[in-house]
This record gives sequence, C-alpha cells and structure tokens, in this order.
Amino acid sequence: MTRLHIDWTACDGRGLCAELLPELLAEDDWGFPIARDGSPSPAVPGPLEPAAQRAVDRCPALALRLLRDTR
Amino acid sequence: MSDALWYFARGSGVVSLVLLTVVVALGIGARSGRTAFNLPRFAVNLLHRNAALLAVVFLVLHVVSLLFDPYAQLRLFDLVLPFAGNYRPLWQGLGTLGLDLMIAIVVTSLLRHRIGARAWRAVHWLAYLCWPVALLHGLGAGSDNGTVWLWAISMVCVAVVLAAVIWRLTPHFTRFPQRAERKVAERLRPLEEVR
Ligand code: HEM
Ligand code: SF4
Repeated sequence: MTRLHIDWTACDGRGLCAELLPELLAEDDWGFPIARDGSPSPAVPGPLEPAAQRAVDRCPALALRLLRDTR
Repeated sequence: MSDALWYFARGSGVVSLVLLTVVVALGIGARSGRTAFNLPRFAVNLLHRNAALLAVVFLVLHVVSLLFDPYAQLRLFDLVLPFAGNYRPLWQGLGTLGLDLMIAIVVTSLLRHRIGARAWRAVHWLAYLCWPVALLHGLGAGSDNGTVWLWAISMVCVAVVLAAVIWRLTPHFTRFPQRAERKVAERLRPLEEVR
C-alpha cells in the first residue's frame, strides 16, 4: 500500500499539492494540506498514484514523499 | 552557409534572453504563491520549469551554431571556461559564465529531490546573477550591440525583471503566501464542503 507522507516541518502551505491531488487532500484555512481521511499520511489508491507522484514532484518545499511499503 | 549560422546564432541568443526573462518573472510569480493568469499555482510552477527547459534548448542552439561559425572561432573549452576567448573576451566570457550558471541551476533543479531543498535553493539564488550576466553578454558580445531593436528588446526585458524583483523585495512577499482562491474541479466542490 502506498502512502503519502507529509513533512510538516518543511511544508510552507503553498497549496500546490491540494490542487494536484484534490481527491486526497484539502486545504486548511492557512493553506496547509489535510488528508480527507484524517490520517497523517493518507493511503494512495493505485489509480491516484500518478497524480500523487506529480504532487510530490511539484511541491516547492520538497515536503511530500511517497512511501511504498510492501505489506 | 556561414552567414546562416551567424543569423541563427543571433536569433537563438535573443530568444533565450527573452525566455530567460520570462523564466525569472515566472519563478518570482511561483514563489509568490499566487495564482496568475487564471492558472492554478501548480501550473505557474510548471510553466516556470518548462520555460526554463525551453530556454536551455535555445541556449544550446545558440552555442552550437557559434561553435561551427567560422568567424566566431570558438574552441570547445570556450563553452565552459569563461574569459579565455580571443574575441571580446570579457563579453564572450559573460556568455560562458551565464551558460555555466544556467547548467548549474537547471541540473540542480532537475535533481531537486536528490540534493535536498537547502542545496537546491542555494544554487537557485544564482538565477539573480545568471540573468544580468546573460543580458550584459547579449548587449556587449554580439554584432548587434549597437542596433535599436536589440536595445529595445533588452530594455523591455530589464523592465519586466526589475518590476518582478521590486515586487519580490516588498515586505508582504513572504515565505507563506496570501491565500488565493483555489481552483477545484466542479465535481469535487461537494467534497470541499465536508473537510
Ligand atoms: C528545470 C528547471 C527549473 C526548475 C524545475 C525550477 C523550479 C523552481 C521552483 C520550484 C521555484 C520555487 C517556486 C516556489 O517557491 O513556489 C523556483 C523559483 C525561481 N526560479 Fe526556478 N526552476 C528552474 C530553472 C530556473 C532558471 C533557469 C532560472 C533563471 C535563470 C530560474 C529562476 C527562478 C527564480 C528567479 C525563482 C524565484 C526565487 C526566489 O526569489 O525565491 N529557475 N524555480
Ligand atoms: S505543495 Fe508542498 S509546501 Fe505546498 S502545501 Fe503541499 S506539501 Fe506543503
């Protein structure tokens, strides 16, 4: 299962990720991403992986990572 | 044939300066965290990146055409080692320096995830050196340095970058940008309500 890890110390709340991955992420009032499922590192369903990868690539603060653990 | 190379070198050089100007303005625009031209933020970011890659393409065309130009008489190491050239070494050297800076900025940007945010940002600041170096090179080195059209284009580029940099230096340009209306697809609006 792939998860999207958000490094809160790096994130500047620029909101690119929530634009690219609105299915998983919403913005709080300050622009910081929050997972729609409330989890700190939301699960990324297979079909959304390319979109999640794009969000990771474009984050200006390099605050996003995809964690692929083999369970 | 050799004249064609020379025309081509001048043309591609001017195009890369114009693109570089757009790239700097878009970089500052992306840094502002605002949406621009009705585009979402990620698109401003992508536009900045892709304009930079396009500028590299024209820069390569510029340099390669001069390498084969019988008048310019560039040697291969003139492409990387600044201020060693025979012809107007200062002005040509600025071009070489600009190319080196450009390579550094673009390579580190493409490897951003590998080298980390700090190192990337440190190198990316060189953009503010790269642009004026490219501008001066264009004005000083070329055979067009006295022409009205080159000065006109250059002055428009100066105006654009100056405006962007002055905006960049205003105090409300912070690391944490003002909130702007975010673009969300119509079908996802209902999801927005329940967050
Ligand atoms: C593949 C090439 C490049 C990529 C992927 C890239 C990416 C970026 C990113 C992600 C930002 C930060 C935006 C933000 O914080 O939201 C940025 C800012 C910027 N970029 Fe680039 N860039 C590239 C090439 C260039 C080049 C060639 C130049 C100019 C020579 C340039 C000039 C700038 C400037 C002036 C800024 C604003 C920096 C600041 O004041 O904080 N970039 N770029
Ligand atoms: S794109 Fe990066 S910096 Fe911007 S909100 Fe998302 S995680 Fe934070």
